[in-house]
Amino acid sequence: MKNNSIDFKRQVTIKLADAKLQGALARLQSRFVEGRSAVISDIHDLQETRNAAAAIRDRVLNDLEHWLLHFEQQATARGAIVHWAETGADVNRIVAEIAVQHGVRTAAKSKSMVSEECGLNEALEHAGVEVMETDLGEYILQLAHEAPSHIVAPVVHKNKEEISDLFAEKHQLPRKTGIAELCREAREVLRPAFLNADMGISGGNFLVAETGSALIVTNEGNGRLVTTLPRVHVAITGIEKVVSTLEDVTTLLRLLPRSATGQSITNYVSVLTGNKKQEDHDGPEHFHIILLDNGRSGLLGGEMQDMLRCIRCGACMNHCPVYQNIGGHAYGWVYPGPMGSILTPLLGGLENAPDLPNASTLCGACAVVCPVNIPLPDLLRKLRERQMESGMKPRQETLLLKAWAWLALHPETYAMTTRIAVRLMRLLGGKAKLLHSLPGVRGWSDGRDFPAPAGKTFRELYRQEKRK
Amino acid sequence: MRVGLFVTCLVDAMRPRIGFATIKLLEAASCEVVVPAQQTCCGQPGYNSGDRKSAEAMARKFLAEFEAYDYAVLPSGSCAGMVRVHYPDLCKDDPALLARCIAVGARTFELTDFLANIAKLKKMPGTFQGALTYHDSCSGLRELDVYKQPRALLANMPGVAINEMVESTTCCGFGGTFSVKYGELSTRMADNKCRHIAATHAGTIVGGDLGCLLNIEGRLRRIGDSTTRVMHIAEVLADTEQQ
Repeated sequence: MKNNSIDFKRQVTIKLADAKLQGALARLQSRFVEGRSAVISDIHDLQETRNAAAAIRDRVLNDLEHWLLHFEQQATARGAIVHWAETGADVNRIVAEIAVQHGVRTAAKSKSMVSEECGLNEALEHAGVEVMETDLGEYILQLAHEAPSHIVAPVVHKNKEEISDLFAEKHQLPRKTGIAELCREAREVLRPAFLNADMGISGGNFLVAETGSALIVTNEGNGRLVTTLPRVHVAITGIEKVVSTLEDVTTLLRLLPRSATGQSITNYVSVLTGNKKQEDHDGPEHFHIILLDNGRSGLLGGEMQDMLRCIRCGACMNHCPVYQNIGGHAYGWVYPGPMGSILTPLLGGLENAPDLPNASTLCGACAVVCPVNIPLPDLLRKLRERQMESGMKPRQETLLLKAWAWLALHPETYAMTTRIAVRLMRLLGGKAKLLHSLPGVRGWSDGRDFPAPAGKTFRELYRQEKRK
Repeated sequence: MRVGLFVTCLVDAMRPRIGFATIKLLEAASCEVVVPAQQTCCGQPGYNSGDRKSAEAMARKFLAEFEAYDYAVLPSGSCAGMVRVHYPDLCKDDPALLARCIAVGARTFELTDFLANIAKLKKMPGTFQGALTYHDSCSGLRELDVYKQPRALLANMPGVAINEMVESTTCCGFGGTFSVKYGELSTRMADNKCRHIAATHAGTIVGGDLGCLLNIEGRLRRIGDSTTRVMHIAEVLADTEQQ
């Protein structure tokens, strides 16, 4: 997927003015924030469980090469074929080659954010393979030619009326308005796609090293159809998704659905192991697993490694007051919200997403809900430090910060400067004691009136009082 | 006990009465209050903007000025959070400095946290009467666990009623330089906060961080609300005159 993060600021203006989007985003609070809150307390030892989950992820990440090779060995022993892809383009090439090898003309796809990283659908269409998204949200987006705006609820930016219109137009059927009717209509369109597909494409929430399995966590059932009906199954995921044992996965599964959708458990947890054997009744004859790096290995052993613990629950964006007000598209790439503001610069270059690390108040709401204890605000701050060190910050900001620091380290000059500044501000505040414009920081005063100061600094007044 | 008061750069310049209210409260709790004269800024603006080097220099300055006291008290959750939570990160490469950092950090408190949990102040000098609503500023809440403390102190004031707003723990949109760089987005977040404040009909919004309060007041005034009072918790707890 093309990275448009450079356009963040302009997108913010557009999204804030988009009434339909704002209406849709208002539902985040009830659906996801309250949803999580209602079930997360089922876990009595929540902090300990989060610590255990983080440790499970860290154990693998600290020795990732070993666990990946172990996974490959186990998967291969059970009849799967493991492919290594350095870039998204490599993934596309590998899938296209598999398609040619097996004479694939149509593919049915369940949800995969990693495939969005690669722009897989476009590449496959280019290679002559017809791809159909079968996750309801992703299917809607495919019809609308739009990108997902959320990693768990890709279509959260659309309301029901928009979907009714879209279905009526694309399906050429009478316009439905009820959710059940709309779902039925989608199901009827999708059913033949599952049955006719030569290839099923899925993501992978986890890779289980001890069994060589790809594990997917879904709600709609499309994931099962996609991974069992077509004669070829291709699972695509990131190299960081390995977990050592099934037992470890169960700890992560206590946290993932509760954090993501406010469910104690999802409708389906599929553990996909090996290809169809003679004695099996169903399953794909060929099972390929493609593991994408795309910059992830570069984070190993460094100060940003914690980000690789991410299990893609989306809680950080659901609870982010910035995401809640602008939605996911403004972020410009596959991953939005706090986790996206870290991953996008790391995987796609800080220079291509200079706003993302800064577009956060560091309020910490994300870190509190992260099921694997990723210190998201600290990682955003580290990216800001990188911008400062490499001279990527705007000159004016750097100068202001340096000037402030110099003043703060020279208390006498600081006292004099603040004494003059507050007198001036008091004067400019006038009778209403409000400053309508603050030169140099207009971003603040464009939407706010600054309450004028008293005119004397505390330290000044305190000294006067002491003398009395 | 001897308390070093760090008034914070914002209170020093923008609303000195919060500093005096803080002194009054600390003295009511039988503390001897000292105001180190050379104090300036805790370093948070630079730290959160990626200027680690300057922030470290300011951390050293703070430590030198405040390590002599039994406690350091700040009428701000975000500055106290800077000292307690982030100074150790800034000083982690210098073991001796880190040890000082941790020692001073353990004795550094946000004002309401100090009054409720350390000084155990029961009788507030303030005479505020009426309803108010409380905004929980992010750093105090999530870095220092300041939530019950201001409410417990207010509960000791017989004339005060707290009308809780919805989403009192959601960020007001200030975020330091964020509010300048992303003014439009920050203003929208402040708007949401103003709406929740208005819905309580309390007439007074109170908080523990002047940065957030200026942001909220700034937006209230711009949208034509000239009556809702915006007060720091120290003013409510200490002031004997109604503003």
